[in-house]
Amino acid sequence: MITLAERINGQFLDVKKAIKERDPSVIHELAKKQTEAGATYLDINVGTAAADQEDAMKWLVESTQEAVKTPIAIDSQKLSVIKAGLEVIKNDVMINSAQGDPEVLDTYMQLAKEHNAALICLTMNKEGIPQNVDTRIEIAAEIAGKALEHDVDMDKIFIDPILFSIPVDQKQPAYMLEVFNQIKLISDPSPHITVGLSNLAQGTQEKSLICRTFLTMAIAAGMDTALMDVLDTELMDAAICAEMLLNKQIYSDSFLKAARA
Amino acid sequence: MEIANVVDKWSGNVKEVTIGATKDEGGTRGKTVTIGGANCIPFMDFDGSPGHKPAIAMDVYDTPPEEWPEPLLKHYADVIDNPANWAKKCAEFGADLICLKLDGIHPDKGNRSADETVSTVKSILEAVDIPLIIWGCENDERDNEIMPKVSEAAKGEKCLLGGATQENYKTITAVSLADGHNLITQAPVDINIGKQINILVTDLGFPTDRIVMFQTTGALGYGIEYCYSIHERGRMAALSGDHQMATPVICDVGHEAWRAKEAKASDSEAPQWGSFADRGIMWEAITATTLMQSGVDIIRMNHPEAVSIVKKHIENLT
Repeated sequence: MITLAERINGQFLDVKKAIKERDPSVIHELAKKQTEAGATYLDINVGTAAADQEDAMKWLVESTQEAVKTPIAIDSQKLSVIKAGLEVIKNDVMINSAQGDPEVLDTYMQLAKEHNAALICLTMNKEGIPQNVDTRIEIAAEIAGKALEHDVDMDKIFIDPILFSIPVDQKQPAYMLEVFNQIKLISDPSPHITVGLSNLAQGTQEKSLICRTFLTMAIAAGMDTALMDVLDTELMDAAICAEMLLNKQIYSDSFLKAARA
Repeated sequence: MEIANVVDKWSGNVKEVTIGATKDEGGTRGKTVTIGGANCIPFMDFDGSPGHKPAIAMDVYDTPPEEWPEPLLKHYADVIDNPANWAKKCAEFGADLICLKLDGIHPDKGNRSADETVSTVKSILEAVDIPLIIWGCENDERDNEIMPKVSEAAKGEKCLLGGATQENYKTITAVSLADGHNLITQAPVDINIGKQINILVTDLGFPTDRIVMFQTTGALGYGIEYCYSIHERGRMAALSGDHQMATPVICDVGHEAWRAKEAKASDSEAPQWGSFADRGIMWEAITATTLMQSGVDIIRMNHPEAVSIVKKHIENLT
């Protein structure tokens, strides 16, 4: 599966402090560790650490690129912060994320096209986050339609149907599986499906177990990408095992190792 | 009416492996053979590059084979106990490679010594200038004793040595690595073990672009469908980006086809089956051409006429 490693985020205290003190060693270390753990992208989010978010994003991207060549996902809800990150990007890049309003999508699709970037689009709009399956699918279809309109390769589009935490809405994980199944049907080839996996376990005990159990269910339903804790070995093993069980990898006794090679 | 575009795009490709080394490359071969390189399914050249054509390796044994039927034996009767002359004959028949099968080192088939075997290898290297496959007897103890000596004697020639199995891979992998040879990884009609053995030898530091995979071959009527579907699944995985499966494949058609009763039964034993003189040739040729569609890169063969049919078929398809 495609993994976005979540640790370079200003909401974590070590990263917050590193941004404040402009100490790149913490970022180098996280970039290397997450790359070794198998991250496809390193997600970079300045969080609330900096007064000047654009400058902090540039510094985080540059610091990460000093350590590794792993593709970066520039994570911000602000267009100006994403643009600041794109200015200094050297390797493959993903934009995380755009909301599902038509005019917003126009802007982000153009930006993605211009930078040959992958793009995460949330199934939410001005009205907020839909509380049902159907509206999420409608927005997902709008996103796929916009990708076609702007001639963005569907392989570059990642739809995020937005996962809440268990304490917020416990009905949601089950119907999210239905959302995944339906997103796969909106176009051929279909867009990727991604979630912020760690959100699910916010405010719970047994975070790792909850994430890993949902991850295997979600992979079976068609989700192929997640923003997650790639340093959680059991979580990564569960993802590899789920894909092997779905015959996406030929089994061998060393299948966990083979998938990481 | 619009015709649907059925062209497939594949993300992976089969690695190229070169067997043999010329004088400039530290060996004594007149030419080398490169196999693999496909990034589409066999012969579908509108999807991508099918890579190098399948190569034909003709078998030479270090001890006269038992039970070869007359229509096959008659072509080799004068060289059956002289591997060097036998190899020369194969080169004349159009072999791209010689596959020296060391059955004679097996305790039950002569128990030939390391010295005798080394001199056989050297005599073939002198007799022909095409690249060499050298394959043990599949008795672990004897293979582990003899193959290191053979490997050393052929150092620099970039041979293809066989074979590493899940139970016995360390010695042959180490000597192939040290002496610069290519390596056959082999599995008993089992794709999972096939993948595992590739992982095991690469864990020892053996480079993937020097590995050729072997799944015990089934001839027409004797399990060819199992072998075919394993080759096919492995090739699809390779083309989809599975690095451990992205190595070329060798199959053993001659030996398996000529073991079939359809190839061995005489005219009087099976008058209704058609001419004894042609049956084995057809059995070998059809086994080879069928397996070619599943994705194989080296075909081990025996009968000169079967070789010529298969070569013509390859030309027609490429």
